[in-house]
Amino acid sequence: MSDSLIAGLDQTQLLGLYHSLVLTRAAEERLEMLQKQGHVTGEIYRSIGQEAGAAGAAFALNRQTDGTGDFLAPTVRAAGALFLFGGELVDFFRQYMGRATGPTEGKEANIHWVDFQKGIIGPVSPLGTMLEVMAGITLSFKVRGESRVGMVFCGDDASSTGAWHEGLNFSAVQRCPLILMVEANQWAFSTATRKNTRVRSFTEKAAGYGIGSESVDGTDVMAVYEAVSRAAKRARAGKGTQMVELRYYRRLGYAQHDPQDYVDPDELAMWVDRDPIDLFERRILEEGWAAESVLHKIRIRAEEECKLVAEQATGEPVPDGREAVKGVYTDTITQHPWTRTDGPYRRDGSELNT
Amino acid sequence: MNQPAPEHLKKTARGEPVTLLEAVSEGLFEEMVRDDSVFLMGEDIGVYGGAFKVTRGFLDYFGGLRVIDTPIAEGGFTGAAAGAAHMGLRPVVEMQFMDFISPAYDVLTNYIATSLYRGAGPMPIVVRGPVGGGNRGGPFHSQNVEMAFFHTPGFKIVYPSTAYDAKGLMKAAIRDDNPVIFEEHKALYRAPTLREVLPDEDYVVPLGKARTVREGSDLTLVTYGAMVHKSIEAAKKLEQEDGVGVEIIDLRTLLPLDEDAIVESLKRTGRVLIVHEDTRTGGIAGEIAIRLNERAFEWLDAPILRVTAIDSPVPYAGSLEDYFLPQVEDIVTAGRYLAAY
Ligand SMILES: Cc1ncc(C[n+]2csc(CCOP(=O)(O)OP(=O)(O)O)c2C)c(N)n1
Ligand SMILES: [Mg+2]
Repeated sequence: MSDSLIAGLDQTQLLGLYHSLVLTRAAEERLEMLQKQGHVTGEIYRSIGQEAGAAGAAFALNRQTDGTGDFLAPTVRAAGALFLFGGELVDFFRQYMGRATGPTEGKEANIHWVDFQKGIIGPVSPLGTMLEVMAGITLSFKVRGESRVGMVFCGDDASSTGAWHEGLNFSAVQRCPLILMVEANQWAFSTATRKNTRVRSFTEKAAGYGIGSESVDGTDVMAVYEAVSRAAKRARAGKGTQMVELRYYRRLGYAQHDPQDYVDPDELAMWVDRDPIDLFERRILEEGWAAESVLHKIRIRAEEECKLVAEQATGEPVPDGREAVKGVYTDTITQHPWTRTDGPYRRDGSELNT
Repeated sequence: MNQPAPEHLKKTARGEPVTLLEAVSEGLFEEMVRDDSVFLMGEDIGVYGGAFKVTRGFLDYFGGLRVIDTPIAEGGFTGAAAGAAHMGLRPVVEMQFMDFISPAYDVLTNYIATSLYRGAGPMPIVVRGPVGGGNRGGPFHSQNVEMAFFHTPGFKIVYPSTAYDAKGLMKAAIRDDNPVIFEEHKALYRAPTLREVLPDEDYVVPLGKARTVREGSDLTLVTYGAMVHKSIEAAKKLEQEDGVGVEIIDLRTLLPLDEDAIVESLKRTGRVLIVHEDTRTGGIAGEIAIRLNERAFEWLDAPILRVTAIDSPVPYAGSLEDYFLPQVEDIVTAGRYLAAY
């Protein structure tokens, strides 16, 4: 084992973290280009300014590909965590472009996909639900005596949903090894978080549920890594559900269509100055953990990787429309419209239905 | 509130055509001006004017006591609407996407829909929001929710297909003392072909009354929402290519269901095709068919048929969603089949 430079991480690991940050940014920038070119099926979401929260948190967990590791339920603002858990970059593009080759074969969008071997459980859109689901996943870890934890990302205003409160309380009373990452980016679409909650920090809500919590600067990847490492340690030690609040800012609109004209430009500028990638770069150079030329290479590699896989995904086919009937049930196939088969009275199984 | 109405909400007053979305906005706006017990709640409806901008300008005009930006808590604010309604207010709540009405399902079905029957008084609440597919929104931004509420006695359900109806139905819904689920199809919101000049007067379209979109003697086509427009296209084709005269009935209100309008038309045509964008099993076609069996079986010359979405979640990829949704060609095929029956 090579030497720890900080928080038990050696140079390779620190550069891995750096790569994760720049990869997320490059992937989303590439996605934006694809959208401008008309390749993206639906809406796209950016996590600029929030990359350190995703990367630092996932980096602190036990990531495996054989179904034995920790679990992650990301949000669209935590794509970096998904990549660290082994979510394929090419699948990210395939999902946004509705490609047949993607993990949901065009049926679902963006980061909404599942890979249990890797511990990835993509969310549904209704906010708060994944906290309930992760409570059950981590309950199974507890029941089976496994030393695994489950991490759920939730936007700050997902905390207003009933599902969030019911899920969190269930997890708390069952002492489930669940780590809730509150993405306190200060906005819920156009509504400021301070208009959605009376507390100044979500750790106050954690206290209300009797669980452990920490609030951390979400632009500081090392701080996030260390806070989540502590939370995971507590959860694994049987101390039950933990919350880590990530304090940062949603620097772009809620989604691509949102010009964010309700945001105070000075406030925004302040957060642009606290860019998590710039901050980490500065730290790496100041501490002498690596040279700028090394970082430069990592950035170029991430950009090229994104370009390459985006091109690959763009060239792949969309699903055949008729696939829409498959996968609703495990054992039967939804009927094709009779207007596209042989008519309403056909008794022998039609060709399309098989 | 002495300030003049925002310019973009005075199009009808200026004699300019409005989209379906603008018609909804005008309907809401005029009701709020007319009756100060009407107020709005929903996510991002104030500062932002709503995800689709239906309530743009409302916050400035009516202020924060009547246009309330809520936390993301559909169950919570819909329950609060019930309490406000008890006290004589008339809440109109927006679901950012109707798919997210589900957290409010409990309070809607168990509390609001039963209130009058339990002796707790009427519930003059409108729950409105965007519905429907075709926008590549995937499983959670595309649903039609009518049938989730159709089965619960106590609701009225409205689903307009034109700007005129949208405004008139919105006014009627707000004035109604029963809880109304009001569905607005996203693909119709800004459809340029739906722009029309509305009468510059305080009109309502009564709930529970269907509209005959076009007349025809060979086939009755019952539909609503976005499918009205696909049905019109199909009817034109059937007329031109097959000489089949299609009468289209736009339900406009799904509950109460205007049975009389359908039966009357059926008695003239003898054939009924039901078209809905909602999925097949448990869709409204089943209910209409059995009612026609009960009331007009003797007049039927052919089986009642339906064209609907397939029984699956709404898929994301364009190719899948197009296959999922009923298309003009499906309606033409079904119309041909029935006409020849
Ligand atoms: C139950 C529910 N209601 C409404 C929505 C629509 N919606 C999607 S994201 C969003 C804002 C989310 O804010 P936050 O949780 O703070 O996440 P952020 O976008 O800031 O990352 C809303 C209202 C939803 N997805 N689910
Ligand atoms: Mg937020």
